[in-house]
Amino acid sequence: MRKVFDFHGGIHPAENKHQSVRSPIADAGIPPELIIPLSQHIGAPARPLVSIGERVLKGQMIAEARGFVSVPVHAPTSGTVHAIEDRLIAHPSGYLAPCIVITSDGQDEWTEHNGVSDYQTLEAADLINIIRNAGIAGMGGAGFPSAVKLSVKADTHIKTLIINGTECEPYITADDILMREQAYEIIEGTKILQQIIAPQETLIGIEDNKPEGIAALRAAAQGTGIEIVTFPTKYPSGGEKQLVEILTGQQVPSGGLPSQVGVVCQNIGSTVAIFNAVVHGQPLISRITTVTGESVREPQNFEVLIGTPVQYLIEKAGYQREENNRLIMGGPMMGFTIPDTDVPIVKTTNCLLAPSEAELSTPPPAQACIRCGMCAEVCPASLLPQQMFWFAQGKEFEKLEEHNLFDCIECGACSFACPSNIPLVQYYRASKAEILQLRHDHEVAEQSRIRFEARQQRLEQAEEEKEAKRAARKIAAQQRAQAAEEGGEEDPIQAAIERAKAKKAAQQADTGDESELETLEKAVVSTHKRLGTATAKLEQAKAEGSDLVDALQTGVDKTRDKLTAAEQALKDCQQRLGTHSAEQPPADGAQAAIARAMQARTTEASLSPQEKARLDLKKLQNRLQKSQAVLIKSRDNAEEKKVIDALESTVARLTDKINAVQQQLNAAEDA
Amino acid sequence: MIDLLTQYPLLAALLALVGLAAVFGALLGFAAEKFKTEGNPIADEINNILPQTQCGQCGYPGCRPYAEAIAGGEAINKCPPGGEAGVQALADLLDLTVLPLDEEHGEAKKVTTIAFIREDECIGCTKCIQACPVDAILGAAKQMHTVISSECTGCDLCVEPCPVDCIDMIAQEESLKTWHWQLPDPVSRRVDIIATDVVLGNASEDRAA
Repeated sequence: MRKVFDFHGGIHPAENKHQSVRSPIADAGIPPELIIPLSQHIGAPARPLVSIGERVLKGQMIAEARGFVSVPVHAPTSGTVHAIEDRLIAHPSGYLAPCIVITSDGQDEWTEHNGVSDYQTLEAADLINIIRNAGIAGMGGAGFPSAVKLSVKADTHIKTLIINGTECEPYITADDILMREQAYEIIEGTKILQQIIAPQETLIGIEDNKPEGIAALRAAAQGTGIEIVTFPTKYPSGGEKQLVEILTGQQVPSGGLPSQVGVVCQNIGSTVAIFNAVVHGQPLISRITTVTGESVREPQNFEVLIGTPVQYLIEKAGYQREENNRLIMGGPMMGFTIPDTDVPIVKTTNCLLAPSEAELSTPPPAQACIRCGMCAEVCPASLLPQQMFWFAQGKEFEKLEEHNLFDCIECGACSFACPSNIPLVQYYRASKAEILQLRHDHEVAEQSRIRFEARQQRLEQAEEEKEAKRAARKIAAQQRAQAAEEGGEEDPIQAAIERAKAKKAAQQADTGDESELETLEKAVVSTHKRLGTATAKLEQAKAEGSDLVDALQTGVDKTRDKLTAAEQALKDCQQRLGTHSAEQPPADGAQAAIARAMQARTTEASLSPQEKARLDLKKLQNRLQKSQAVLIKSRDNAEEKKVIDALESTVARLTDKINAVQQQLNAAEDA
Repeated sequence: MIDLLTQYPLLAALLALVGLAAVFGALLGFAAEKFKTEGNPIADEINNILPQTQCGQCGYPGCRPYAEAIAGGEAINKCPPGGEAGVQALADLLDLTVLPLDEEHGEAKKVTTIAFIREDECIGCTKCIQACPVDAILGAAKQMHTVISSECTGCDLCVEPCPVDCIDMIAQEESLKTWHWQLPDPVSRRVDIIATDVVLGNASEDRAA
């Protein structure tokens, strides 16, 4: 006989288990409609794989696991997908959650599924994969994905595998009936788990209030090396940490996992589900649920399809609505009142409790805490509930954490023991949630702070860069000015201004010698020239559709006005001075140029055609050189393509001309 | 020298004191340089308490500047997003009396909100992007903008600059994900001691009705 240990605290509530084990497991049958929530486990909700109107077969995967800590969902029977929508689920909040609704066709037609009878040949990873794909999540209550629990890290040494058959909560008998009726499956499932984990010892822990179950398992476990360990009944010995302590004497550290002391725990129900998944290839689509309480005529255990509405199931057990005070999912200690009887049975629903008012009466109002310390005596996690109650009321979250609030398993022993009827567990649940919320808020705030600071930094940097550019421009301008002052390279603007000034001065100096008339004539000529260039520019701008058209237009208009004014002034002057002498030497630039051109023409005329051609050639060559220089310059400056193209064509034209002239010249010389 | 000191004990005492003062002075000077703290550590702690919405309702351009202002003696009740709890935490940290929130700077929001851009109305002016203190709006000039909802602090700063009023502040309603247990109602306390649930009182009344 193995030595068993005791854990701190615990209570002995009325067991009330006998009512529901009088008859064997009954098949609940196929309800007309099944509501299958996508999230029946701890972790990410599954992702639907089917569409509305699609026919699904029994055991077909209808939603896949999303992420590592997640499990898939399978169709519990054959039928059509009626809807994928938010439905009321069994959750204390009464909120809706995404569900796949299947209308069953009653044929219960299986999808193709193959089991592996000689699972001994499979690797641990393959077995874990089968378990994951079968959608198995801890069926004891919390619903933690079994595959994740079994995927222990390579460096963790697991000494003990514990199968939890404790079922310590009053009223619930789902595991008890399973042990009585399916002992073989439990032992086989345990063997599969042994193969995955390869522990030194395998224990099945059962409270001593289930003698039939213990006897059945003992018989089935003969010669397998699996040890059935019984221990005195006490609530909550089925808590994972408590069971580890009972069986091994070791305490799981605060905030730690059983694997830290070399233990892996699995529930009896999960073991059977694993057996069915591996040996029969059947995913988790049904479970054993106890329906009990004084408000049902025939309390018993049902094999019920996942997704069966609670209403359907309780009617099978002879539910008396008028007698029922409230309908509880789970046991009387840790369960919660369900918001409506339309909610579905999920993978973690081990019990439906329909007590009468006399059975579980409405609690009297809470009284003040009298600091009796009974709660601390019964706390299985060795916490100080009365202290935590105090801190929870004052919202002193730091103090609560210091008092290890997060080690509370919410078993309800403290509330049960409290003579003042204080709903202690609710204070802890609310405080835990509040602390988690605050942690989450703080994380979000931290993220915002980082983003805010990054933005500030970016803006500052942009501003600095701008400032640096501005400063660089300023320095460059100063340097240029300095260079100009020092007589080095002249500032072009300054030089232009000076040139203009010098010109004006020269003009003014000239006026003394030149007649007023000459000045006016010059003005008319230069204005005329300017008007010409301005008009040409305007035309060009118009042709190119430049933005400067308006500005150029006003410029042209102004120049034209000036020209008219200058011509008027010239006319006035001429009239004043009498007739304009024709013999007067051609004083104005244009006439001088004409004269020069005519002279050139005459000299040209006197030249031989050969000389003339040579002269032309020389001129053309000069022009070509100039054009080429301009072209190279514009290329270097990377000017617009248009400009470069125009220059290129000019160069080409000139080259052609030169060639022609050269040929002419050659012909003339040959002659 | 020794003779002189023994002859004039007053001088000996004086010398000893001057010597000690010089040594400790040097030590203090060294420590002040060596263990100099950058910035104001209390401002960091205050900033840690502020909700980092960066909404500017306090009159400062962000939480950090307000934290620095509080460290410099500014009132602690100018942060509506932090709410009464925030004022309480600041008062605890700085050992000040708890003040009610200054209504001049707005009221505490009952529910958290996040910005949402009606995308087909957005003209792509980038004004909201420039206003967002946490870079939570994505978009470019003449392109549609959108809010990265997980980064939005609900500060409302983008709503006002929008020329076409296409930004809504959407209240984040409680859902299955955000739901959590509440403390038992201290007045009615109609809750059960064994099955630990909250809705019991209401549920039984509903059935009776």
